[in-house]
Amino acid sequence: MAAAVGRICGARLLKNYGIVGPQVCQLSTSTQGWTRNRKLLLSTLGVVGGGVGALLFALEQSVQASGSEAHPPHQPWSHDGWFKSFDHASVRRGYEVYKQVCKACHSLQYIAFRNLVNVTHSEEQAKAEAAEVMIKDGPDEEGNYFERPGKLSDYFPSPYPNENAARAANNGAYPPDLSLICSGRKGGEDYIFALLTGYMEAPAGIVLREGQNYNPYFPGGAISMAQVLFDEAAEYSDGTPATASQLAKDVATFLRWCSEPELDDRRLMTIKAIGMFSMLAAVTYYFKRHKWASIKSRKLAYKPVSKK
Amino acid sequence: MSMWATLNRNVFKRTSTFALAIASGTFFFERTFDLVSNTLFERINKGKLWNDIKDKYE
Repeated sequence: MAAAVGRICGARLLKNYGIVGPQVCQLSTSTQGWTRNRKLLLSTLGVVGGGVGALLFALEQSVQASGSEAHPPHQPWSHDGWFKSFDHASVRRGYEVYKQVCKACHSLQYIAFRNLVNVTHSEEQAKAEAAEVMIKDGPDEEGNYFERPGKLSDYFPSPYPNENAARAANNGAYPPDLSLICSGRKGGEDYIFALLTGYMEAPAGIVLREGQNYNPYFPGGAISMAQVLFDEAAEYSDGTPATASQLAKDVATFLRWCSEPELDDRRLMTIKAIGMFSMLAAVTYYFKRHKWASIKSRKLAYKPVSKK
Repeated sequence: MSMWATLNRNVFKRTSTFALAIASGTFFFERTFDLVSNTLFERINKGKLWNDIKDKYE
């Protein structure tokens, strides 16, 4: 890169033109433009760069199109948009869905009960939630491990002690940890929503092994997780009708929060950054005008040499 | 005498007062700026934030 820049600019970068040099260059019509070699090199660079970019884009698009899975349609999430925060009532309902449905198989090992405080629960409520689960702790004075009710500082307990146990209990399939699933799957919460509501009968010609289900949004179509979200599959404490799509929407929002708990802060930071940078832009604009005022209003006069 | 000239003479001319003006100006600017952007954020997302809904669960 540095070599290319050096080749294009040559030693001109280092050359001192004096103060009026650049202005004279601008005003005079007699200065030379780029040399032929320089033009050739620049246009080659442009064509190669653009071509490589287009090739990468085309390759990526063709990979997307080559899969057999259906692409999840985009849903109007309430946290979509530059300044939009999470709908915290929805996140709270999503937590209830996780607790009643997903938790049976999926761990959420990077979320602690303290993370719920002032997001979906008050401190008291979060303590009560934590106290509902038993956490393995130890060793105590006699070297034994024991179980105790959870505290705010505890992470969510996993349903299986390790991956092998999870596979053994689930027909060989490993239920992934959900902490970062929204960031880890293409399509994010759209994918989660489409997957949870997209179960259907396998079309003719698709062979499913025992314990597998058909879901067009899952890569390959055969998914080991059965449909779990039906109407009234979970109960909401705030009285929202628990339809299957409502459950899926809430749990997808909750999982987006698990993946990006800082989203609200980021949206606030967007507002602050726009405010701050627009002020700085105004200052920069003023300063540019200020500095250029004398240059722009300057008139250069050439005094003809007398041929006397 | 215009306000700008007064300000220039009394505050900006001496380094000590100028530095003080910068420090206190930063303090007040930062607080106001944060207040304004927080208010804006809360107004845009009214009804969605935890502070708006926490009373519903008691």
